Amino acid sequence: MRFMYIVTSAHSGPPTPELLDAMHKLADREIKAGRMLDNGGLTPLAMGARVRIIDGQLSVLDGPFVEAKEVIGGYAVFELPGKEEAVAMATEFMQLHKNLMPGWEGTCEVRAFAGP
Amino acid sequence: MPVLEARVPPALLAAMTAADTHRAILAVWRIEQPRLITSLARVLRDVPLAEELTHDALLAALERWPATGVPEKPGAWLMATAKRRAFDHLRRGRMIKRKHEMVARDMEEEQQAMPDFDSALDDDIGDELLRLIFTACHPRLSREARAALALRMICGLTTEEIARAFLLPDATIAQRIVRAKRTLSESGLAYETPRGEELSKRLSSVLEVVYLVFNEGYTATRGQDWLRPQLCNEALRMGRVLTSIAPHEPEAHGLLALMELNASRTAARTDAAGEPILLLEQNRALWDLLQIRRGMQALARARELGGAGGFYALQAAIVACHAQARTASDTDWSRIAGFYAELAALVRSPIIELNRAVAVAMADGPEVALAIVDRLVPEPALKGYHLLPSVRGDLLHKLGRYEEARAAFEAAAALAGNRREHDLLRRRAAAAADAAMSS
Repeated sequence: MRFMYIVTSAHSGPPTPELLDAMHKLADREIKAGRMLDNGGLTPLAMGARVRIIDGQLSVLDGPFVEAKEVIGGYAVFELPGKEEAVAMATEFMQLHKNLMPGWEGTCEVRAFAGP
Repeated sequence: MPVLEARVPPALLAAMTAADTHRAILAVWRIEQPRLITSLARVLRDVPLAEELTHDALLAALERWPATGVPEKPGAWLMATAKRRAFDHLRRGRMIKRKHEMVARDMEEEQQAMPDFDSALDDDIGDELLRLIFTACHPRLSREARAALALRMICGLTTEEIARAFLLPDATIAQRIVRAKRTLSESGLAYETPRGEELSKRLSSVLEVVYLVFNEGYTATRGQDWLRPQLCNEALRMGRVLTSIAPHEPEAHGLLALMELNASRTAARTDAAGEPILLLEQNRALWDLLQIRRGMQALARARELGGAGGFYALQAAIVACHAQARTASDTDWSRIAGFYAELAALVRSPIIELNRAVAVAMADGPEVALAIVDRLVPEPALKGYHLLPSVRGDLLHKLGRYEEARAAFEAAAALAGNRREHDLLRRRAAAAADAAMSS
């Protein structure tokens, strides 16, 4: 089964060098194990844009956005046997944050791809 | 070992059913398994033994964690447990003294170099993983044994899961694995990595197994045990492992391309009732475009490495022709026929030649194709193969030679092993007979 991991946090700063290094090693291990298909960190939302439809009106808004609290910082796509493995993987990933970036708070959402 | 903060507390585990707990623990173990087995193999210099001890660590976790909760650093727990077992094993003196001392020293260094979970990630598992794959897929072992060992050692499937996936009794798979490991140990093949030219030579025995696992899953229909289709994903995963740790081997990329391109049609291959839908009749909107793209990238890589004419790359090239056609009528049949000709020259298989004839019929018409098929009729390997008279009947029908077509379809129906195919061929024979009457 294919899973998407979406990491959201109110912290806007970059990860500590130690965390970055550990995440890099984890990614390397998972790519070599054939489980990670894709991943990426995103630039701050302030540098992005939002294209949306409200009341039938299409609008394009450039960042920064005042109301944004928890923003998406990065994502990954994994191929794993099932949800249990997906949760175990996310737990290992978040454990790195807990150990190597004290004070950081955030969420790693684990979502299975729809389809057969 | 420090007291670890439980990340899945025992109370929560207790609230789950025993089967859920089992699955949750198995999941954690599966995530850690590749690193556990590669680390142990390096210090023990014995892959089958490392696999066994890694599995022992799983059994220990299944025993302990329901009471203690899953530790915060499960990888470190499993590693420590597996290593303790390895020490115990060595103490029991099953190994010669010299090796014992050497291994014990390595293990101490290893433990000093690996004080905790975070630095354990420093290991480059690539080399050991390669060794693992080549040991599990040693040509000395039968294809079936290789497939079972690979699924257990590389994919972390349990014996029961492998048995379910192959629709075989647990005992059969267990015996296969035990025998294969014994063969490896007794032949002194428990710890070796082919390099350079030897690696390329041995690779075919690995790719063969990966493709066997893929096809085993691919032929499974929807609604069957989820483990069978899961075999496709495991094979794809092994394919990705091979391309990342042996990136210069064109056939590894070729096989990955072939599997990605075939798997891209999964959603379109069966109807709601689970009946198969032929490629040319599939709804192409259901094909997975991203998977096709990954397949095309792998094929491009195989070609860049000079492997365009490889066994897997050529098959991938044929599937790629279908994947790139927006509609069935856009299919570039002469290109497909060309690839089949190359493939037939490479492996000299009459079945491939028959496939070429089908492509030629689509590209250049039934007459040219019939000449190819007629040359295949005396082929002993195709005696009893119902698709030969079936294809011949189809070509004869298209040429208006209805009486001969009827006879060919009758012959094909008599050989068909499958009820549905048999009925279809009888219907085609009857249609040819009608056409013969009215012409």
